[in-house]
Amino acid sequence: MLETEGVTKSFGGVHALRGVDFSLAQGEIHALVGENGAGKSTLIKVLTGVYRPDEGTIRFDGREVSFHRPADAQRAGISTIYQEVNLVPLLSVARNIFLGREPRTRLGLVDVAAMNRRAAELVGSLGIDIDVTADLGTLGLGIQQMVALARAVSVDSRVVIMDEPTSSLEAKEVATLFDVARTLAARGVGLVFVSHRLDELWQLCDRVTVLRDGRRVHSGSMAELDRLGLIAHMLGREVAEVAREGATEFGDTHRRDQEPVLTAHGLQVRNRLHGVDLAVRPGEVLGLGGLLGSGRSETVKAVYGALPVRSGSVHVGGRPVRPNSVPHALRAGVALLSEDRKAEGIIADLSVRDNIALAVLPRFSRGGLVAEKRIDALVETFVRRLRIKAASPQQKVRELSGGNQQKVLIARWLCTEPKVFLLDEPTRGIDVGAKAEVQALIDELAEQGLAVVLISSEMDELVEGADRVVVLRDGAVSGELSEDRKTSAALLAALAGAAAEEEGGDE
Amino acid sequence: MTTALESPRPRGRSGASGRARLARLAQRQGALVILALVVLVATFTFDSFGTAGNLENIALQASFLAVVALGMTFVIMSGGIDLSVGSVFALGGVLAAWGAGHGTWVALLLPLGVCGLIGLVQGLVIARGGLPPFIVTLAGLLFARGLLLLISDEGATTYKVPPGSAFRELAQGSFLGIGYPVWIVAVAFAAGGLVLHRTSYGSTVLAIGGQEDAADLMGLAVLRTKVIAYTASGMLAGFGGLLMASYTSSGVTILGVGTELEVIAAVVLGGTLLTGGAGTVLGSLVGVLLLQVIRNVINQIGSLDSNWQAVISGTILLVVVTLQRWLATVQRE
Repeated sequence: MLETEGVTKSFGGVHALRGVDFSLAQGEIHALVGENGAGKSTLIKVLTGVYRPDEGTIRFDGREVSFHRPADAQRAGISTIYQEVNLVPLLSVARNIFLGREPRTRLGLVDVAAMNRRAAELVGSLGIDIDVTADLGTLGLGIQQMVALARAVSVDSRVVIMDEPTSSLEAKEVATLFDVARTLAARGVGLVFVSHRLDELWQLCDRVTVLRDGRRVHSGSMAELDRLGLIAHMLGREVAEVAREGATEFGDTHRRDQEPVLTAHGLQVRNRLHGVDLAVRPGEVLGLGGLLGSGRSETVKAVYGALPVRSGSVHVGGRPVRPNSVPHALRAGVALLSEDRKAEGIIADLSVRDNIALAVLPRFSRGGLVAEKRIDALVETFVRRLRIKAASPQQKVRELSGGNQQKVLIARWLCTEPKVFLLDEPTRGIDVGAKAEVQALIDELAEQGLAVVLISSEMDELVEGADRVVVLRDGAVSGELSEDRKTSAALLAALAGAAAEEEGGDE
Repeated sequence: MTTALESPRPRGRSGASGRARLARLAQRQGALVILALVVLVATFTFDSFGTAGNLENIALQASFLAVVALGMTFVIMSGGIDLSVGSVFALGGVLAAWGAGHGTWVALLLPLGVCGLIGLVQGLVIARGGLPPFIVTLAGLLFARGLLLLISDEGATTYKVPPGSAFRELAQGSFLGIGYPVWIVAVAFAAGGLVLHRTSYGSTVLAIGGQEDAADLMGLAVLRTKVIAYTASGMLAGFGGLLMASYTSSGVTILGVGTELEVIAAVVLGGTLLTGGAGTVLGSLVGVLLLQVIRNVINQIGSLDSNWQAVISGTILLVVVTLQRWLATVQRE
């Protein structure tokens, strides 16, 4: 019913999609799988008219189509349910369902009674029992997702794309959402389903397409693929493949004989983390492994105080750190290099110097005046030490390569003299050479006694860069690879095993 | 969070919890409660307050601002702001007074046309150009004030509505002892309420203010809706000035300074979220009345400096906005 052929899309020379073929049949629930950056979102955006493909064709009902705007795709009958509900929380359920297509009275006014009645019928027919006159925002996220589905049904959508609809739902809400999805499929609607909770795929989906690095690497029946096979496709490894050696710039192991400088105990974050324990010693690199959505980023954010924790404690150097307070964590000596350096860290239009100086401004200023000379000296030191390649400290960060931008950020955090450095995907999106330098730098920092927590989606990086690897699954620690056990094969097995355990798991 | 799933509820009224419903009611009708209290106290405290003459006077005085507030309500609900209304209000008055010398129709259509055009241009720049409403309408404020000074010799010329002109009747006449402006406001707000709550245009305004991205993804006419809101706001501001000119029989050039802020205050007092997406048209009327009643009460206390009006209004505004914020969090629980 909906097909793409040879769809290619690139952004500034980076290929997000390379000749992807995809087809969705009527009444089918089709899983779209891949790690971050594999091209799922881009493919969805191409299908829904947010992006236009550079090459390739999209066919809908056998006819070639080209959507210029999301509204075009919607009119054609393709609706999208996003991770974040894209409805209006301050309006009632019924209003949300009928926005733009309200039933009218003879006078041309909105027929509120008819609207509410039809909305109630509609949600009722999907097996949802809610008061349609309630403001959407007062309802749970799961219900809001279902209202979004109901809206998709009411506009006679033939294709519904669900982009991680379950990521913030409770187990029970997920079950209801799936019931609704199945009802839709039974009516002949084709559904595309994206989720990082792998077990959900087998519960719901008929077929699966796996993307990796912008290419389609597998397409077939969901039932015929087991977990290990799926993960192997996603990560691009043969299941049996043994660890290669020396693929990264990481050196030997570090000393780990001291008391842990960072301990986290029983970290809980609503819907995300269910009691995570960590301990890192000075000079140790602790790897955090796990598939996307397993709670890796959430764990370091919780430690850093940037994510509200329900319970659990964090100690740095034996002293408790006040939860949910970034300033407190910073003072205690915790630094976080976040995953998205563009959105959460770097200020592209400021110079290298000013970007680095941001972190030390509070320390280096007296009565509002900044000690410029001291900052210059400090920046100088770090530019040399981290080998940041910039024309001068005054150069704008925007003009640097990805790797050097990353080093500027690392320098900024090092200025705060952290005891614990949390690195979330520090080498993502930077070129090979710079990657090696960043890896070497991490190594060096650990050697100097810094405790490092390293998150990476690249297995080599975890296996060779970390002294120990803690594997997360569904917001809890599911395993640990000690130094002598950490090989690519063992990590792959741990990731897959973690996924396999989910079968009879807690959901 | 999943209560609505677990237990079937009657489909009648809101399914939100009782507390949330109360919070919502307070948010929407809070100004009405305060207004009722102030009126009650004032009636028992000052003999002259509760007289029919005084009440009618309050209504009449409030009606000029109320017209402007109606347009502002839609703009704020769509997530925008219109700072130009004070200047446009004054410009409308001057144009009307000047136009009255050339015929009643000129006095009516000229201000509506010019002020509507200013609103239209602002709307187009905001919607199409994607520029912040604050800046665009600030430019509009300066533009309209400048235009006004240009056509009135820097404010030195005050155009008079000729004696005997039918235009004077518009604001000076009355029906059943109540001035026409009060009737006009009543009709305008009833119409405004219908538009907001019973037309797709109104839903779209609320949707844009509530979640503009979502409105866009749903294929709603976001741009057109915004343009219409600013055009209407300009026209209504001009109409308010026109009424004022008719009432005072002249185009007073010094009017409308700071009026935009008073109008915004009234709208917010009336329960419209300054961030957009929720509110009622009636609330804005209540907000305007509240400000007017406070002014009236302070006049009743002869010994009190009239500047206390601004102090008290400011305080009440601060309290109401704080309450709104708090009530919004209660509702989300």
